[in-house]
Amino acid sequence: MTRFIWLGVLFVLLIGGNALAVLQGTGSWVPKLALDLQGGTQIILAPQVSENQRVTEEQLNQAVSIIRQRVDAGGVAEAEVTTQGGANIVVSIPGVPDQATLERIRSSAKLEFRAVLQAGIAVVAEEGEEAPVISEDSAPLTAPSNPSDLAWITPAIDSAYNQLSCEALDERGANVADPTQPLVTCSDDGAAKYILGPVEVDGGTITDAISGLVPGPQGTVTSEWGVFLEFDSEGTQSFRTVTERLIMLPGVQNQFAIVLDGKVISAPRTLAAITDGNPQISGSFTQESATVLADQLKFGALPIGFAVQSSETITATLGLTQLQSGLLAGAIGLILVVLYSLIQYRMLGMVTVFSLITAFTLSYFVITYLSNTQGYRLSLAGVAGLIVAIGITADSFIVFFERIRDELRDGRNLESSIAGAWRRAFRTILASDAVGFLAAAVLFILAVGNVRGFAFTLGITTIVDLIVVALFTQPLMQVLGRTNFFASGNKLSGLDPRALGAVYRGRARFREPVDVGATAMKKSAREAKRRQTIAERKAQEEAGLLEGKN
Amino acid sequence: MSRFTQFGNSLYTGERSFDFVGNRIRWYLIGGVLVVLAIAITLLRGGFSFGIEFSGGSEFRVSNPAAVVEQTAIDTVESEAGLESNPRVSIVGGDSVRVQTEQLTDEQTTQLRQDLADAYAVPLESVTASFVGATWGQDITRQALIGLLVFLVLVSFVMALYFRTWKMSIAALTALAHDLLITAGVYGVLGYEITPAAVIGFLTILGYSLYDTVVVFDKVRENTSQDGEESSRTFAESVNLAVNQTLVRSINTSVVAVLPVGSILFIGSLLLGAGTLRDIALALFIGMIAGTYSSIFIAAPLYVHLRESEPEYKKQGRKAREPRPASGAVR
Repeated sequence: MTRFIWLGVLFVLLIGGNALAVLQGTGSWVPKLALDLQGGTQIILAPQVSENQRVTEEQLNQAVSIIRQRVDAGGVAEAEVTTQGGANIVVSIPGVPDQATLERIRSSAKLEFRAVLQAGIAVVAEEGEEAPVISEDSAPLTAPSNPSDLAWITPAIDSAYNQLSCEALDERGANVADPTQPLVTCSDDGAAKYILGPVEVDGGTITDAISGLVPGPQGTVTSEWGVFLEFDSEGTQSFRTVTERLIMLPGVQNQFAIVLDGKVISAPRTLAAITDGNPQISGSFTQESATVLADQLKFGALPIGFAVQSSETITATLGLTQLQSGLLAGAIGLILVVLYSLIQYRMLGMVTVFSLITAFTLSYFVITYLSNTQGYRLSLAGVAGLIVAIGITADSFIVFFERIRDELRDGRNLESSIAGAWRRAFRTILASDAVGFLAAAVLFILAVGNVRGFAFTLGITTIVDLIVVALFTQPLMQVLGRTNFFASGNKLSGLDPRALGAVYRGRARFREPVDVGATAMKKSAREAKRRQTIAERKAQEEAGLLEGKN
Repeated sequence: MSRFTQFGNSLYTGERSFDFVGNRIRWYLIGGVLVVLAIAITLLRGGFSFGIEFSGGSEFRVSNPAAVVEQTAIDTVESEAGLESNPRVSIVGGDSVRVQTEQLTDEQTTQLRQDLADAYAVPLESVTASFVGATWGQDITRQALIGLLVFLVLVSFVMALYFRTWKMSIAALTALAHDLLITAGVYGVLGYEITPAAVIGFLTILGYSLYDTVVVFDKVRENTSQDGEESSRTFAESVNLAVNQTLVRSINTSVVAVLPVGSILFIGSLLLGAGTLRDIALALFIGMIAGTYSSIFIAAPLYVHLRESEPEYKKQGRKAREPRPASGAVR
């Protein structure tokens, strides 16, 4: 009975979670549908390149792959990412994307670390002023000895710095700047301007990025959000070299600028050499912007920046007719399964029916809950997957029922048959579900796009199967096993020992049970049986007959 | 019920027994021939044809037609000669129709553009044509294949650990390969396009086939682990009995699993024609039947094949072949 209570608790939690989301206005009682069934928004991204630059196919494919991973990181929404006309990238997302989603897919996220050479307060540009251009012949007079050498500041760079307006940075192509040259740029809020040395550590060497709260000086937790980076060995090495040099330098040259898409997001002072390759970036982050940046950095920078060219609604490619036909097919399939179970297992078939109903309800609430919290969306392939799960879930019951029958055939009474059958059936169910779950987990972690959505559905149905058979079907069988209808082996119960041949096998045929349980104990029992006197045998025969008639 | 129950009873006691293990060469041949046919016919037909989602194609956009409906475009594309793929049609921005087809030649593009303009009664300039890349790109395929390989390696280890023998892993994976090749072969033989829905179906079969084999193997494990040297059955007989004892389960499970899939296939192909539902259901329908067949007729016999030459089991066989003493009638 306690298991029923656990199942009840699970339902209450799921329904409560859903109700909370609905009350907060962020959720609904119906799962959200994916792009193929409901449509969504089509965003066309155009590459931002200077006139003489051309986007190669390789760059475009790389960008598609990175954008896909970034979209996937935001939930299991099954977005579609593709190229169009050999230059644009088309991202189709179910529903209406918010600003964070747009930011996540669009910005290049090219991260660079450059030493600060000079810093100052940005001046507001006057109306009509031409954006300064660094002339081509701006090579330093004396070769700079290291990236912090002030010899990088040529007169041309100095004048560019002095005239710098922080408003037209993107147009000047700060985000496509040459990494081997110094950079004149501003902070991302436009309050400060900098002359920076060449790139010393770049984002390509980042192996992982997570967002989190920045710890305070004494290990206390602050309310400030930051992004924690992890570098590969190359990145760690260059980080160490740079910080060891900067720590010796005075004034602004002690600062190390973190440049994202050509703008300085933070230029912290170097207080100690960073040797472990795990720096953190903090600045003016919110939880949302920190998460977005971490997701962007994790999957690498886009080879080129993109601008949103158009964002329009798009209708479903399959639409509701397909969904309705799918649901109709599911209903027909379910009825057939119910009929077959009733023919095969009589009243026991009703256990299948109720278990399937429980499994369906549980899956529905899990999907709705995940749809509200994880951005999961149901595609037509997902619906088909759920219908197929009817069969796989029913198999668990069939394995269990057949084991009960086997135990009955061995002449046990119903209650001990159910207990014995459960021990062995559960082992089988666990092993086979483990295989299914492994497939789902591996594909979910490694795959991208549609496959990931499919793996998610597969994982849900496997877990639901396990929960229902353990927390519903088995305790239900225990309860039913005590009722007179089943325990007496009523012909309609599906567990009639006479029909199962149990009684007849008991009659004078001391063949060992074909299916034997724990070996050692059984062997001694058999030995004892063999040594029985004729009288003992007769007595047992009688008992066997009586038991059968009960 | 009673007849089927009787059937189950006699299978359980061993009174009635199908010789799955003994006739294994026959079963291997049937499976093998089907697999070879699937591969050969697919190759003869020039390999698989992939949907727009994999290869990319042409895209047309009809701006501001009088009636913004999808069906007109579907009819137009379908009346076009020489096109095989289903078009993907959507309404974009509420005022224009987007049509995606397979990769067209310049001539076909010009023709379809003209036809679309006529069908929607708009000037030719309102229909633009361009190319569209694959939505199911190389990166998805690559990651799915990596996932597949990792899964197969992991699942082999898991099965080897659980069953305490790597020979069951080999037998199960062979049965899996049989199922996947036959399922994919049906698409190749019928010349159906491989769409993302079909691939999702193949992946489901991957899980189902192994799931079904594990259920049968767990019974085999249970039976054979109880056999000692003094067992009256040979190893092969023991495995065969286990398969027979799970036969009712195998039949019931496959019927129950195939019923919903069959109804999707029926509704999908009869009411809707080619599309996501038919693609996924066809793969599942074939794969589930193949999966049940291979667990019984290929995986179990192959396991015996791999194992019976082991000294421990050879001994078990010898003992059983010795004539039984007449006085042993009690047993």
